Amino acid sequence: MPSLKDLKNRIASVQSTRKITSAMKMVAASKLRRAQEQAEAGRPYAERMGRMLASLAANVQDSGNGPKLMTGTGSDQVHLLIIISSDRGLCGAFNGSIVRESRRQIQRLLSEGKTVKLLTVGRKARDQLRREYGSLIVETYEDVGRRKLSFADADVIAQKVLSLYEAGEFDVCSVIFNKFKSAIAQIVTVQQLVPFAVEAQADEEAAGTEVKAVYEFEPDEEQILAELLPRNLSIQVYRALLESAASEQGARMTAMDNATRNAGDMINKLTITYNRTRQAYITKELIEIISGAEAV
Amino acid sequence: MADKVEFELVSPEKLLTSQPVDMVVVPGSEGDFGVLAGHSPMISTVRPGVIDVYEADRVVDRVFVAGGFAEVTETRCTVLAEEAIAVAEIDRAKVEQEIRDLGEDLEDAKTDDEKARVEAKIAVARAKLDATGATTH
Repeated sequence: MPSLKDLKNRIASVQSTRKITSAMKMVAASKLRRAQEQAEAGRPYAERMGRMLASLAANVQDSGNGPKLMTGTGSDQVHLLIIISSDRGLCGAFNGSIVRESRRQIQRLLSEGKTVKLLTVGRKARDQLRREYGSLIVETYEDVGRRKLSFADADVIAQKVLSLYEAGEFDVCSVIFNKFKSAIAQIVTVQQLVPFAVEAQADEEAAGTEVKAVYEFEPDEEQILAELLPRNLSIQVYRALLESAASEQGARMTAMDNATRNAGDMINKLTITYNRTRQAYITKELIEIISGAEAV
Repeated sequence: MADKVEFELVSPEKLLTSQPVDMVVVPGSEGDFGVLAGHSPMISTVRPGVIDVYEADRVVDRVFVAGGFAEVTETRCTVLAEEAIAVAEIDRAKVEQEIRDLGEDLEDAKTDDEKARVEAKIAVARAKLDATGATTH
C-alpha cells in the first residue's frame, strides 16, 4: 500500500498537470477563434478568384491550348505531395492522421510504380516520415506562420512548388491537410493542385455566380490565365495552411479538454484512496492503543 | 450619375473595401481604365499603380496596389490585389531605402531567375514612389 505521503505527492502532481492542460485548452480556444476569423477573411479573395478562373477556363478550354499548369505535363509519373502538419504535439490525432494518410498515399503511388517526392510543412510530419521515406523528402518548412500565418508564408511554398514544376521535377502535385470541420472533427483531405482541376472548383462556385456574362479580356485569356494560375496555386496553399492551422487548434483544444477531464477524474480517485488510507491508519492506531490498554 | 458601381478591393488576407462609388480608375496592364456603372464585363490584369476612387467627379480615395487582377461586371468592379496600401500612408523615405536595398540585391543576384524577381520588386517599389509624387487633385 502506498504511503500517505506518496499519495499526497501524486495528487499534487496531477493537479498541476490539470492546471497546465486547462491553460493549454484556453490558449488553443482563443487561437482557434483567431484562426477561424482569418480563414473567414481569406474567403472572399478565394471565391472571386475561383469565379474568374472558372470563366477564364471555360474560354480557354474551348481553344484547347491552355497553360501547362492547367493542362499538365501529359504524364503522371512523378507525384509531389505537400504534407501539412503542425510544429508542435499535444494535439490528439491531428498529426497521426495526416501521417497515416500520407503513408497510405505514398504506398499506393509507389506500388503503382510512380515516383514520389515529398514536401513537408511542419516539424511533426518530417520527423515521422523521415525514417521510412527520408530520401523522398525534397524540402521541409518549419515554423510556418508561428506568430500569424500570412499570405507571404504560403507564397514562399507556392513559389518553390512552381520552380520545381518549371524545372520538370514533377507532373502531379497534391496537398494533404486537415480540413477544419468543427473543433472536434477534422477531415484529412487530399487535394490536387497541379494540374489544376477546374471542374471541382467551378461546381463549388457555380452556385454563387449569376448568369455567366461574356467577358472581355485584357490582355488575352491565355496571358491572364498564365498569371492567374500561379497566384491561384498560392491561394490554394494559403487556404490549406489556414484550414490546417484552425484544425490544429481545434484538435488541441479537444485533446486538452479530454486531458483536463481525465486529470480531474484521477484526482477524485486518488483523493478517495488517500482518505481511505488515512482512515485505515487511524483505525489501526486506535486498535493498537485499545488493545494495549486492555492488556494492562 | 445616379447609378453606382460596387467597388471591391480584396487582398488574400482580407476584404479591404466594399462600397458603392461613382467611378473607379484602375491601372490595367494595358492602360488605365475607368469603370462606371454599366461597364461591359471584363477581366484584366493590373499593373502596380494607383486606383482612384471617384465620388461625384472628385477623387475621394487613392489606393496603391502592387499588381493583381480586376474583374468588371455591369454593377461591380472587383480588384484582387497582392498588396494594397492607401497612398497617404506610403512613407517616401522608406520606399527610397527599399529601392536602394533592392538595387544591392540585384547586384548580388546570380541566376537570371533571381534577377527577374528582384527587378519585378524594384518596379513595384518605383511605382509606389511615383504614386506619392503624383499630387492629388
